[in-house]
Amino acid sequence: MKFGVLQFPGSCDEVDALAAARRVGDAELIWHGQRDLGGADAIIVPGGFSYGDYLRAGAIARFSAAMESVIEFADAGGLVLGICNGFQVLCEARLLPGALLPNANLRFTFRQVHLEVVAGETPFTCACPPGAMLSIPVKHSFGRYYADAATLQRIERSGQVVLRYGAGENFNGSLHDIAGVCNERGNVFGLMPHPEHAVEELIGGSSDGLLIFQSMRLAVEGARV
Amino acid sequence: MSESATLPTLADALALGLTRSEYELVCAKQGRPPNQVELAMYSLLWSEHCAYKHSKKLLRTLPTEGEHVVMGPGENAGAVDVGGGLVCAFKVESHNHPSAVEPFQGAATGVGGILRDIFAIGARPIAVLDSLRFGEPGGATGARARYLLDGAVSGIGHYGNSIGVPTVGGEVYFEAPYEHNCLVNAMALGLAPRSQLVRSAAAGPGNLLVLFGASTGRDGIGGASVLASAELGAEGEGSPDKRPTVQVGDPFEEKKLLECSLELLQRGLLVALQDLGAAGLTSSASEMASKGGVGIDLDVASVPLRELDMEPFEIMVSESQERMLCVVEPTRLQGVLEVCAKWEVGAAAIGAVTDTGLMRVLRDGEPVGEMPVRALVDDCPLYDLAPQPPAEQIYPPPRATLARDATLAQALLALLGSPNIASRRPLFEQYDAIVQSRTVRRPESADAAVLALPDGSALAVSIDGNGRRVAADPYRGTVAAVLECASNLACVGAEPLGTTNNLNFGNPEKPHIAWQLAESVRGLGDACRALAAPIVGGNVSLYNEGATGPIYPTPVIGMVGSLPDARRAGRLGFARAGQRIALVGSFTPSLAAAELAKLRGEPLPQELPEPDVAGASAAQQAVRDAVRAGALASAHDIAEGGLAVALAESCLAGGLGARVELEGSAEDVLAELFGEGCGGFLVSGPDAALDELGGRVPVLAIGTVGGEALRIARPGAAAEPLLELELEQLAATHAEGLVELFP
Amino acid sequence: MLIRPKAGILDPQGAAVQRALPALGFAGVENVHVGRLVELDVEDAAQLEAMCEKLLANPLVEDYEIILPE
Repeated sequence: MKFGVLQFPGSCDEVDALAAARRVGDAELIWHGQRDLGGADAIIVPGGFSYGDYLRAGAIARFSAAMESVIEFADAGGLVLGICNGFQVLCEARLLPGALLPNANLRFTFRQVHLEVVAGETPFTCACPPGAMLSIPVKHSFGRYYADAATLQRIERSGQVVLRYGAGENFNGSLHDIAGVCNERGNVFGLMPHPEHAVEELIGGSSDGLLIFQSMRLAVEGARV
Repeated sequence: MSESATLPTLADALALGLTRSEYELVCAKQGRPPNQVELAMYSLLWSEHCAYKHSKKLLRTLPTEGEHVVMGPGENAGAVDVGGGLVCAFKVESHNHPSAVEPFQGAATGVGGILRDIFAIGARPIAVLDSLRFGEPGGATGARARYLLDGAVSGIGHYGNSIGVPTVGGEVYFEAPYEHNCLVNAMALGLAPRSQLVRSAAAGPGNLLVLFGASTGRDGIGGASVLASAELGAEGEGSPDKRPTVQVGDPFEEKKLLECSLELLQRGLLVALQDLGAAGLTSSASEMASKGGVGIDLDVASVPLRELDMEPFEIMVSESQERMLCVVEPTRLQGVLEVCAKWEVGAAAIGAVTDTGLMRVLRDGEPVGEMPVRALVDDCPLYDLAPQPPAEQIYPPPRATLARDATLAQALLALLGSPNIASRRPLFEQYDAIVQSRTVRRPESADAAVLALPDGSALAVSIDGNGRRVAADPYRGTVAAVLECASNLACVGAEPLGTTNNLNFGNPEKPHIAWQLAESVRGLGDACRALAAPIVGGNVSLYNEGATGPIYPTPVIGMVGSLPDARRAGRLGFARAGQRIALVGSFTPSLAAAELAKLRGEPLPQELPEPDVAGASAAQQAVRDAVRAGALASAHDIAEGGLAVALAESCLAGGLGARVELEGSAEDVLAELFGEGCGGFLVSGPDAALDELGGRVPVLAIGTVGGEALRIARPGAAAEPLLELELEQLAATHAEGLVELFP
Repeated sequence: MLIRPKAGILDPQGAAVQRALPALGFAGVENVHVGRLVELDVEDAAQLEAMCEKLLANPLVEDYEIILPE
């Protein structure tokens, strides 16, 4: 199982995502300028401040050569995980519905949150115990999930809402407490919280984030069989 | 040499901050009056900020050597060996005056500057801590303090978060003397393989000088603008606007610069590396030349500019951010330019190393300035201070906010909710504390930040200061600050490796300030020697005073330590009901200059009680060893607010109450509960662990963890406890204290 | 180009400014929205709309207005 982790100028958490992925399979960095995804079975678009969040978070990164390949990869059914800034990039690239707006509290906020797994059968959550609440940190300024009413209704109905903030934990004002969504096909998933920062108790206080990477491996290996 | 239309005069020199005798010395060194470029460069390099004229002699008395020291003071940062072939580089610096002008950018560029100092020696930055001081934040008069606090915290968060370096700790204090002179001190740590450490001495005549990073504009030139008007003749229209004083930082640019610099070093492409900070090219180029005992020729026409029509002196003096200077062998230039191109970082060869011993500034090949390097960097006059203790109290008493007849419970709540003690969560939630995946202890969970190293050991780091105590007694107050920093490290199980310090003081030409500075440095040296925690680098910020008087003398201490097993890092919260609580160390609490005394509006005392350095050091070692052995459930340094506050904090962090019994008299109860001093620790754990600890240092069992309240009483069946407060109430007071400061 | 948050979307920046103005003595202020300004020189003005659609604005959540100098 090989993960490819994109790296843009300004990415910060790509190193952390790489380390997290390596607990589950092989992983390597993919420079934004290269079109070759190195035979990756799954792509991670990491957190950080690609291109300084200039213009809009993720607005410039979505046009990189690597992202062109990722879009083709996704269209062909490949697994793509977008974390925080990565989620923003995937929304800008229209691989996921909706947009991420400035936090309702108008400040960068870092805290540990609890997430409800709403859709437990996706390639990104299949390793999560049923009914699990995941303890995972968030750290962002632009995390308020928005989609217009019709889109919201559609994604709720079609099971595209994958994660919700636990009761009282939605500080950024995301509509419907949405913390993570996937596309219609279910192979592209974006979330604002950082699972790569919750892969061991010592550092993250929780290893719940590892379940997402483990789910992806199960999904890839299951698809091969 | 092309002659400027007008040669600067003595009046210009004075306007730039040189004294008359300094100007005359410059003329003597040059053999003639300096021209515009030369005067600008001398005035900066001979400023207090760059030359440490009033502090260098004092700083030479500090201990700088130790078994772990790999790089001592004098380079961009200091470094200590942390095992496994790695070194930890660290330093603290101030950005006080710019932050008072524009707190967001001032604090942001302060972080940017200290980070550059770390990667300039070849280390990857792994953490930032900040030490902030403002005026009292309450009410209408506190509007400015709230504005500065909000701006500074946003700026630090913006820069640190964007560049991907976690902000893992810090401190913030509010005292009236900082109202017009806020303090923003930023500390950074980095990691490097020992073999990758690089120095800044330029070497090899014929080697090239390459400037890389952002383009150069007019940032930070403001003070030197007086020179420009001489050149332009009558006031040019809008000319003041052309010279902004505020430096604007771009963390995205610096992230690219950081990766580019580290790759250049990894590939062995550089002879020397230096970052551009205060006084821009002037100080960087001159200091590189001075360290290497060489000369430099620099052509300003080769410098990539952001603004049109910049004059040579402006280019030399610009403080545009996110720039680095390196020395490169000519055969390696192409390689350097390629790495820079990969990271989308601008680069240009702007000069060369020579053997002339001269700093020569050219414009398109035409000389516009020529100065002996030694004169610029080394021959700046150093001054002796004329210290004199103040005849009377300099600082007015703090404004009282707690009635003298307040109950003990009211006093504890007042302290817990006070700006100096309340939860800092509204601040540290604006910082990413976990990027790079090393953070083992996040803010508010332990007395020091702890960062895991690849081999399973860990680094611990704390930053501490207390201006009010140093104002009361500069020598003892500074010793206490150093002890507190080391105690914080002990609570997580760490042994100090080295120290950095930022000395923030008023005008040293005034005898009573000189006295504060001299006594503080003496205390700093004695304490660091006693703890074997040598100074590896630091910074001095003087002239922090205005019409309303000087700041409290504020030495800020940053200390780095190591612990062998990251999994055993200590915590400050009670962990399990039923465990014993104990007071460790020979702790003699006193209300002199304590937070309670401040809340009651008491004037500063004439002096502080003598700290028991040996006793504190012994207690630190014993606590450290017990934490490392996994014997203690919690360990917490007793600091602001005394024992009662420490108890409350350990209860809140653990989500558990405590039943405490203290022997003592009615007269001393305030000192007992709220008195402060060095060397006292509040720990909890199994009885056996505490008994063993008691074999090494004084240990007094005072209670048991458990319940929903903090209850402190006299021993025996006496009816009324001294105080009893529900955890919920403690939590609410503690949590709300700073919330309204961040709307 | 002036880029504004679409009507109906929560605009906390606008709300914060709207709260702050009366505290400074400015009364009677309503409908505050905070957006972005992008200024550029371009050879072919016909490209501007495509630039806005593709990069400068996010049409899901933003409206834009192109202003040409006289």
